[in-house]
Amino acid sequence: MSSRLLRLAAPLFTLAMALGCSGGGSDAPAASDTILIGEYGSLTGKEATFGQSTDNGLKLALDEINAAGGLNGKKLEVRVYDDQGKTQEAGTAVTRLIQDDKVVAVIGEVASSLSIAGGRVAQQYGVPMISPSSTNAAVTKIGDMVSRVCFIDGFQGYVMAKFAHDDLHATKIAVLYDQASAYSKGLQDDFGREFTSMGGTVFPAQAYTGGDADYSAQLTSIRETAPDAIYVPGYYTDVGNIALQARKLGLTVPLLGGDGWDSEQLGKIAGDAIEGSYYSNHYSFQDTRPEVTTFVETYKQRYNAVPDGLAALGYDSMRVLFDAMKRAPSLSGKDLAAAIAATNGFPGVTGIITMDANRDASKPAVIVQMKGNQPTFVTTVYPKGQEPAAAAPVDPAAAPVDGAAPAAAPADPAAAPATPPPATPAAKP
Amino acid sequence: MARESGLKARAAALAPEPMTVLKQSVLPLVAAFVIPLIFHFGIGPSVGAYPSKVLLDIGINVVLAVSLNLVNGFTGQFSIGHAGFMAVGGYTAGLVTYYGGYRIWGDSLPHGGFLGAGEMLFLVATIAAALSAAAFGYLVGLPSLRLRGDYLALVTLGFGEIVRVMIQQTSDIATDATEIAATSWPSLLWKVGGALGFTGLPFYTSLFWVWLWVSLTVLVASRLKTSTHGRAFLSIREDEIAAEAMGIPTTTIKVRAFVMSAAFAGVAGSLFAHEVGTTLNPGELGFQKSFEVVIMVVLGGMGSVSGCVLAAIVVTVLPELLRSVDEYRMVAYALTLILMMILRPQGLFGLREIWEIWPFKALFRSEAK
Repeated sequence: MSSRLLRLAAPLFTLAMALGCSGGGSDAPAASDTILIGEYGSLTGKEATFGQSTDNGLKLALDEINAAGGLNGKKLEVRVYDDQGKTQEAGTAVTRLIQDDKVVAVIGEVASSLSIAGGRVAQQYGVPMISPSSTNAAVTKIGDMVSRVCFIDGFQGYVMAKFAHDDLHATKIAVLYDQASAYSKGLQDDFGREFTSMGGTVFPAQAYTGGDADYSAQLTSIRETAPDAIYVPGYYTDVGNIALQARKLGLTVPLLGGDGWDSEQLGKIAGDAIEGSYYSNHYSFQDTRPEVTTFVETYKQRYNAVPDGLAALGYDSMRVLFDAMKRAPSLSGKDLAAAIAATNGFPGVTGIITMDANRDASKPAVIVQMKGNQPTFVTTVYPKGQEPAAAAPVDPAAAPVDGAAPAAAPADPAAAPATPPPATPAAKP
Repeated sequence: MARESGLKARAAALAPEPMTVLKQSVLPLVAAFVIPLIFHFGIGPSVGAYPSKVLLDIGINVVLAVSLNLVNGFTGQFSIGHAGFMAVGGYTAGLVTYYGGYRIWGDSLPHGGFLGAGEMLFLVATIAAALSAAAFGYLVGLPSLRLRGDYLALVTLGFGEIVRVMIQQTSDIATDATEIAATSWPSLLWKVGGALGFTGLPFYTSLFWVWLWVSLTVLVASRLKTSTHGRAFLSIREDEIAAEAMGIPTTTIKVRAFVMSAAFAGVAGSLFAHEVGTTLNPGELGFQKSFEVVIMVVLGGMGSVSGCVLAAIVVTVLPELLRSVDEYRMVAYALTLILMMILRPQGLFGLREIWEIWPFKALFRSEAK
């Protein structure tokens, strides 16, 4: 045989060497006295704070569960893999969790495109997955294995539209959204539709691309329309810069946003510029429901920081999963997924969690206002048809009452400790 | 007259044996089909799902690295828009399997088993991906390959970004069978999911398909390197003016390299789009992905096929092996790359192939001459 033939085969031979490298590396399966749960998240990459907050909240819940004896004496253990915010990595991480580590369930991700990538793997292998905070409607459409403990974009758009219309009495709203983000675009669509249906005017949306440095062109044309407020459903870094530039251009109307604002970085970036603006979120750490106060207290003790919405959702996702594990007849994928889907009236930190037919959590959202660089609780907005009978959510001065689950919550007068005055748009020009 | 017939006789004497010709041309092709079968039925089931997934990732990266090597390594042009071609291919293939699947079967689920109807559709989709990416490669290549160095790099970078931003502007995918059946193909072209990504594509990418395309890519690249055409590529890399003086149409050759490279990038895009646990989304096919591929080529050695293969394997496996050190793995990974560049700036193999390097040299030389 000629050496040329061998040469042609050599690159192919090189490939065979791949096997030696990739075969190893699998960890030993968990010992039988622990139950292994998988987590994947962006612990590095550009959304790293989201992944780390979620992980903190989740670990806190895990330790509480184990301290209380675990599941029938078996300890729970979480194995976490980083996905760097890439879908291919997310798919690999979930594959490894399910196939190598044999986890009974998977928790993750924050970003919807990553949850979709991981969720399809979980669905493929029949292992339940709970997304703590992916709000895009497409996530749970993957199939019966995938559920989430947060509300979806459509609801969040409705919440802000309702608040702007009923409480701020805004009639004309300008929109500035991140065209590179499905999250931002989804919120923009939903907000526009809801606000228009309430009789308001939404000016044609202006777009930016996440990471832009200069927003003055969009903001200048927004200034010309003289809106009552500007809806900016983006992530906190961009929003901070937008707020700074808007104030510089003399736009003093409040900015409105969604849970992408929820990071302590927002106040640090924007400072006074973001003062008086509102965003919708999953919970407020100033809520006085007992679940919230204990959670905030223990979280502060452990991490020396105020838990953000993602930490609260990480905490809730773990507890919803544990609650389902207790109720499920077995820990097989099918039983566990059915138990998660049957979650009803679970008293979570982020509200009373009930899974709807699409396995999306149906629960109220809160509106918070930036005051002194801190998000301050303003009001609670309930899903359509779930408003507590007594408290008309129209009036923010009235204390929002926990009414979604009649039995669970003692009707505590849960309002902000220092309830801010009824929202009036700060300084209309 | 006599002189001519003498030449003919000498040529005839030098002509290789028919059996040798057969071996050299057919055997590698046979190997290219046998290797994927071994991967699919032998290695895959025995190592389990997670290593198999890593093997898929490796294969896709090998196709990307080896194909970029045609431009960056062989021809010496600096392209940093490879992810753009990958995106074009991925979305083309996605359109074929997703909406094609709806048109044929009324859903987008995988149909048929191994080499069944669904996989044939996937094959068609992958070929369509290669063709569309090649067409884009031609369009981009024609005007821009008259440029050199930094200017070309900028054009390719710009192309990749244009593709990404265009895809971000598209509208949501259609999920209703009757709606899809009623919509014309041209308007379906625009329904590919925007920034969220083309979700819901069937999982057709298996070890067989990935490694089939890997084998074909590697085969084409390694044969090209020693062929007349490949020599023309290399001559441009070494000295463009000298190459032109020797009668090589440099622009034509550069465009040719670009088109071939883009076609295989399109194939990689199609494989990526249909892999379990990925979402074809524009955010991920930006310039960062392009740089990742450039890193593989630079690491492996500009112009070395086997070097690029090895680098693609290392770059894919290393972060996986380091997964247990969590947050620090990307630091460790970057550190490895930096050390690599300091200690071996020409890449693992430089221009040489694995069989030209010491421990392997003996292996391949056994029957030479």
